[in-house]
Amino acid sequence: MFDALSDRLERIGGRLRSRGRITPADLAEALSEIRTALLEADVELSVARAFCDNVAARCSVEALSKSLTPGQQVVKAVHEELIAVLGGETLKISYASRPPTVILLAGLQGAGKTTTAAKLAQWFKAQGRNPLLVAADLQRPAAIEQLRILAEQAGVAFSSSGTDPVDVARHGVEEGFRLGRDVVILDTAGRLSIDQALMAEVAAISAATSPHYTFLVIDAMTGQDAVHTAKAFDETLALDGVVLTKLDGDARGGAALSVKYVLGKPIAFASTGEKLGDLDLFHPDRMADRILGMGDVLSLIEQAERTIDTEQAAQSAARMLEGTFTFDDFLDQMNQVKKMGSIGGLMKLMPGMSKQMRDAASQIDDGEIARIEGMVHSMTKAERQNPDLIDRSRQARIARGSGRSVADVAQLIKQFKQMSKMMKSLGAGKMPSIPGLGGGLSGARQMAQLAKSDPAQLQQLLGQSGGGGLPSAPWAPKAPGVGGGAGSKNKKKKGGRVTPPKGR
Amino acid sequence: MVTILIIIGIVVVLAGAGVVVTKRRSSPALGAGTPAPQRIEPAAVAPVVLDTTTDAVPADVAVVEGAPVAPVVTPADELSESTPPSVGAASAKSRGIFAGLRAARRLKAIEPSTWDELESSLLRGDVGVTTTTRLLETLRAEVAAGTVTDGSGLLERLRSLLIATLSQVERPEHGELSLEVAAGRVPVWLLVGVNGVGKTTTIGKLAYRAGGEGKKVLLAAGDTFRAAAGEQLATWGARSEVDVVLGAAGADPSAVIFDAVQRAGARGFDVVIADTAGRLHNKVNLVEELKKIRRVADREPGQVTEVLLVIDATTGQNALQQARQFTEAVSVTGIVLSKFDGSARGGVVVAIEAELKIPVRFLGVGEHASDLIAFEPIAFVDALLADDPVA
Ligand SMILES: Nc1nc2c(ncn2[C@@H]2O[C@H](COP(=O)(O)OP(=O)(O)OP(=O)(O)O)[C@@H](O)[C@H]2O)c(=O)[nH]1
Ligand SMILES: [Mg+2]
Repeated sequence: MFDALSDRLERIGGRLRSRGRITPADLAEALSEIRTALLEADVELSVARAFCDNVAARCSVEALSKSLTPGQQVVKAVHEELIAVLGGETLKISYASRPPTVILLAGLQGAGKTTTAAKLAQWFKAQGRNPLLVAADLQRPAAIEQLRILAEQAGVAFSSSGTDPVDVARHGVEEGFRLGRDVVILDTAGRLSIDQALMAEVAAISAATSPHYTFLVIDAMTGQDAVHTAKAFDETLALDGVVLTKLDGDARGGAALSVKYVLGKPIAFASTGEKLGDLDLFHPDRMADRILGMGDVLSLIEQAERTIDTEQAAQSAARMLEGTFTFDDFLDQMNQVKKMGSIGGLMKLMPGMSKQMRDAASQIDDGEIARIEGMVHSMTKAERQNPDLIDRSRQARIARGSGRSVADVAQLIKQFKQMSKMMKSLGAGKMPSIPGLGGGLSGARQMAQLAKSDPAQLQQLLGQSGGGGLPSAPWAPKAPGVGGGAGSKNKKKKGGRVTPPKGR
Repeated sequence: MVTILIIIGIVVVLAGAGVVVTKRRSSPALGAGTPAPQRIEPAAVAPVVLDTTTDAVPADVAVVEGAPVAPVVTPADELSESTPPSVGAASAKSRGIFAGLRAARRLKAIEPSTWDELESSLLRGDVGVTTTTRLLETLRAEVAAGTVTDGSGLLERLRSLLIATLSQVERPEHGELSLEVAAGRVPVWLLVGVNGVGKTTTIGKLAYRAGGEGKKVLLAAGDTFRAAAGEQLATWGARSEVDVVLGAAGADPSAVIFDAVQRAGARGFDVVIADTAGRLHNKVNLVEELKKIRRVADREPGQVTEVLLVIDATTGQNALQQARQFTEAVSVTGIVLSKFDGSARGGVVVAIEAELKIPVRFLGVGEHASDLIAFEPIAFVDALLADDPVA
């Protein structure tokens, strides 16, 4: 999500940056385009307006006329404003001194509360806790049964006894206490914020259970109504935060920005798939970077460290830099990378990728990978070791063997050689460039360079530019340090976001 | 840290090679002899093979005759008591009947603030920037030409422009759904949509409605993925007093639906209404699965006469994307706009109808069996433009 928004902002920024002089009319035009981009991403109208006003305030025409790089100035203002809105700390759950810690989930119908309840239970379990799931949705047919099944899948305890939601919830908390569970998660029925009877009911549930955390569950696809709904639930329940669901879709997720802006309450968790493991803490600063097209390197690194055999990877990387990386290495490493999640998902975490590259990557599913593997498998051992051997007739043979066209094989080999060249010149300490990819790799190149030469510096840079991001990323300020904003730490955080998994 | 290098390397090669492959895939001249790999997806409950390449149909189903399997939550009298709601009734709760944008109506002259107000009301209704801009440009031209001269005239024109936009597509009257099939075939209505929009609930409502018209309805629980989805549909079957064909958790959804269709053909049912698991439109393999479901449901004796896409009225501009992708995959014949009883106005359907020419057929206005009303452009537009309750 957020991709289209960042693409739009990138374009507006790019155009501005190329200008030496910015007139008030230019600025007005850029602001109106930014507003449109925000609205198309479902940012609420008044929030979009306020956002643009704040950007305008950050770059007065006088200031711009004095600046040597006025375009850059506007870009920076947008960057700072986004960080200001989305920024903040990742939630740290503080557990009740007298257990159980009670968590109440509320929201509209179909937002994903029941699934979120089960995912949260699994998440707490992974934190070494011992949760109890309570089904207090007596409204929707089979909602109790759904949570019971999910509880079983997550391997956590389950309770739902009584015929009144308030009783069920109260009883659930007592049960949690009696059984010595340290976290109790209450699922409630979906309700419309304008349904006074049902809003009173959830208020009664809250009063009866005194939850330590009350989260509003919001669908990332929500439109303009998100603010209205969030306000109403906040007034009734005094929310502690928001759980954002269905982030694995392609919605631009403006609702998240709006709710954060209006309520000032953090987005605590984000859910990115239908599996129970697809929920994690939300990292606001990382998300701001993602909106700005700067990728999310921290999450990428965390994910890599969790799944990849680092020793083997280090050896392969060394060969890459020496220029002796073979198609066999490629196959091995591709299998490793595949474990990290979808290629499209990984691409989103990488800074500086062009839209073209991201689009291409998002189309690469297991089938595509299998086809590419098929081509490599149709090469002889010698060919895999030395791709230079592969002439036209060999290409044709490989194509026949793998059921692909000659052009596909040629493209794969060309791409492989370009990558090898890029890595080799990196190894030789040069700044490589890759033709033919629309310059979309500037960020990756730079990151690769840093990763190789000076990991510490990479870390430092990530922290330094406020929300992170590399100097070459489209929105990052040119001078180091000027983009500094809310809440970014260069220390590593546990539990990175999981790439949207494909399928179920 | 160096593992990043590996990732970059792999991604560069894959994405670069993928550019060509995907470009080629979308062109019709796809070289033959490219066997699509079978996709085996790990399921949450039990491993299932989502075999989208062959249309094999193993049977693994149970039938629930119209008796309650799960406790019926809604008392029967509640169903019969509730009178058919209207858009007015549903929206009156939140926004009162059409009063128009008060200020705009009061104003004699058309001022810049009048335009702002019109724009705001459209944007806040999720109509979207493109459609809003198009509408306002038309209005501006009319004002410039002198055909519209005051605030209330302007509002009236906007209203009729919106109604005209919603009148471009042909919409069967009174929410009638097609039962037109070749001799010996059974009509199938397929409900599709992203997660949680209200597919299963809408089926309950459609079953209640069709049953009320004296039709013999069979429900097919084609959501075998989500926990307790079958039980949910069975409860609706009991409420609306219709039979339900259930599959085991993790069973092939196509098989469950095909079984229902065969049963319906053999036993003289008038229509099969099939549920499907919620799926995001950007998940290629799940969309493939849906295509297969449609193919299988269309196989003798079945004939798919309606594919209804359920869209949640709270959804913003992403609904357009949903409509595009679902209709490309399974040729959507109509839209059900659910949860219209909330505070969201669902204006994105204006853009959907304008761009994709798919008619909205129903509004979902509550959680009871009778809370489904035939879509009617005038009433919808009036609700869309109504003042906020606290204006
Ligand atoms: N207020 C209101 N609630 C509705 C309406 N339609 C559905 N719902 C509620 O929305 C929630 C989700 O509905 P479901 O029918 O389970 O949605 P679904 O699309 O089948 O969901 P999945 O199968 O999980 O993808 C339930 O709580 C329904 O009661 C409506 O028109 N108005
Ligand atoms: Mg359902």
